[in-house]
Amino acid sequence: MTTLLTGARVLGGEVRDLAIEGGALVDPATVDRDAAETVDASGLVALPGLVDLHTHLRQPGGEQAETVATGVRAAAAGGYTCVFAMANTSPVADTPAVVEQVHRLGLEAGLATVRPIGAVSVGLAGERLADLGMLAGSAARVTVFSDDGHCVADAELMRRALEHAAALDAVIAQHAQDPALTRGAVMHESPLAAELGLTGWPSAAEASIVARDAMLAEAAGARLHVCHVSTVETVEVVRQAKARGIAITAEVTPHHLLLTEELVRGYDGRFKVNPPLRADRDVQALREALADGTIDIVATDHAPHAPEAKQTAFADAAFGMVGLETALGVVQQSMVETGLLDWAGVARVMSTAPAAIGREPGYDAPLAIGSPAHVVLVDPGARAVVEASSLKGRSANSPFLGVELPGRVLHVWHGGRRTVADGEVVTGGAA
Amino acid sequence: MKHLLTAAMPRDEAVALLDLAEDMHQIQDREVKKLPALRGRTVVNLFFEDSTRTRSSFEIAGKWLSADVINVSGKGSSVSKGESLRDTGLTIAAMGVDGVVVRSGSSGAPTQLADWIGRPVVNAGDGTHEHPTQALLDAFALRRRIHGGAVRGRGLDGVRIAIVGDIAHSRVARSNALLLPALGAEVTVVGPPSLLPVAAADGTRLGVRAETSLDRVIAERPDALMLLRVQLERQAGRVAPSAGEYITGWSLTDERLARLGDAHIMHPGPMNRGLELSSRAADSDASTILEQVTAGVSVRMAVLYSLLASDHPSAVDGGTR
Repeated sequence: MTTLLTGARVLGGEVRDLAIEGGALVDPATVDRDAAETVDASGLVALPGLVDLHTHLRQPGGEQAETVATGVRAAAAGGYTCVFAMANTSPVADTPAVVEQVHRLGLEAGLATVRPIGAVSVGLAGERLADLGMLAGSAARVTVFSDDGHCVADAELMRRALEHAAALDAVIAQHAQDPALTRGAVMHESPLAAELGLTGWPSAAEASIVARDAMLAEAAGARLHVCHVSTVETVEVVRQAKARGIAITAEVTPHHLLLTEELVRGYDGRFKVNPPLRADRDVQALREALADGTIDIVATDHAPHAPEAKQTAFADAAFGMVGLETALGVVQQSMVETGLLDWAGVARVMSTAPAAIGREPGYDAPLAIGSPAHVVLVDPGARAVVEASSLKGRSANSPFLGVELPGRVLHVWHGGRRTVADGEVVTGGAA
Repeated sequence: MKHLLTAAMPRDEAVALLDLAEDMHQIQDREVKKLPALRGRTVVNLFFEDSTRTRSSFEIAGKWLSADVINVSGKGSSVSKGESLRDTGLTIAAMGVDGVVVRSGSSGAPTQLADWIGRPVVNAGDGTHEHPTQALLDAFALRRRIHGGAVRGRGLDGVRIAIVGDIAHSRVARSNALLLPALGAEVTVVGPPSLLPVAAADGTRLGVRAETSLDRVIAERPDALMLLRVQLERQAGRVAPSAGEYITGWSLTDERLARLGDAHIMHPGPMNRGLELSSRAADSDASTILEQVTAGVSVRMAVLYSLLASDHPSAVDGGTR
């Protein structure tokens, strides 16, 4: 079967047709137009399938909040064709059995490629290294290791993890948070935190760990990836490390590109996230860093939680926000509509670059003939208010509920298989 | 729906509330301390944190206004069995109570309850956030000291007040830093650098001037010194200085008392004599400490009356939410 997408603005630029056949993009000039299924893509922007290097799918152990199956539904709805599933499940993804289970659940769900992330330390406890080589060599072929949610605070453990990862061509994705500086911290350390009587999370607790890790990565000849950069100070450290030639990459979340700590004023647990929402100067610095390449990618840190984990005293509420369904709209609003990034840039920071960091093949030549058919068609002119009902995962702890965002993901193909049609996730059925 | 969640309120509201508390204060001179104003109303004191003086003060205030007052404490209740703050609040509201006075160790809990339960909520102290009735009673007691018998309609214009101690973790300091300047006072917070809250770009902390030297502040001859309870045992040697270091720098010792002039000495209690202030300071004529306790009942009567009396055009607003 052949599918012809007519008149798309490819990567937001040239208007041309795209053709999908046998799971790959083929030359539209060679297809039988009469036999092909045609999708009118005029006015739509064609992007490569999005890749999220930082997703919490919660399975095994947190199925009341999300499962692999519900998580990839949210991913597909947001235009994602590949998600990297974080290791902080229960049991932790520190053994081949767990990562292979998550990998298999992803294959069964089918809507997107699920790439399990392995834990750096056994049980995320930060004491003993997990068996990185066994995880890398498993059927799940782990290429990203992270104790996300916890910082690998022990410098020697981090050093050894980087050395092992370098030998495996894997990357260590660090949740940079000095635990000694952030005891009990629930929001950005600021005059507002003082006013609200909430314990602050100082910016230096992030930047200082990134500076240390950059030095360790340089010494180990290893690749370091910094999760969810949230402060202007960390941006500066990453910039200096890159200038020094260190193999460091960094991500920013959609919520840190758009939201500030002011939202915490009402003590609504929906706005509690780690690292916390910061000040406006941080938001501006993160946008500029993403535009100039200091920050390489956007990653959602999609973190589903059941309602009871959020409808409680702010200090007791769980950290995290869902983000897969809203990421592209937030990036359009914060980066494209501000003129900081064009659509080709969006493709780079949300698809090509995260795939390269995670060593996921098939994304290096976006929308080129011969590439796997991971395609997203977006209507950039649409605007809609985010409702709980518009979220396709199991949890609705979005900070954007009630907020109008631009852009609508209308159609998605994952390896040639239609996963979203006319804005609705295609469940069941084969390619 | 009206609540008292914060001490941030416009001057005229604060003055009206203090004047109403003056009316309530007259009950102190009566043989029969009972007004019929809240007859048939039910107030729940929902205290998730231990408190003897604040809870008793609210209980007496409610009873003198003829309300039915029920005390629910966190310990031994369903809260300790894992019920959430929200479910506890909804359960109590479903029993038909007219108002909830809440004390919680969690900053923001009264604000959240007010959103959830649709009943008037009074913040009786939340975590390290606010304690608005404490600030009101401090203002009440100080206004009486400064203006004597002619207090009605007046604020605290030009009165210079220094608040001393663990400012960073004090809900009393926060509420006073909001209320006293609204009444015209000039407030300075004083404490060890590690116990001062984060500074704003203009150098103020909690919106007021901050100082690290109590001796410099005493040399300025303030009109009142408010000493906060400090709990050094919590983080001594890390965040907080040792007791010896604290006394050397920030205690109102006899020696500092001699340099203080005739400033009023305030303390929200309970006091650690010898740590925050010397016994001579606590028991001196300048001390307002017991007057503050008496003022607490009058102020809380005024708050409950404002929120719950059907015939009263509410003087209290939720303030900044």
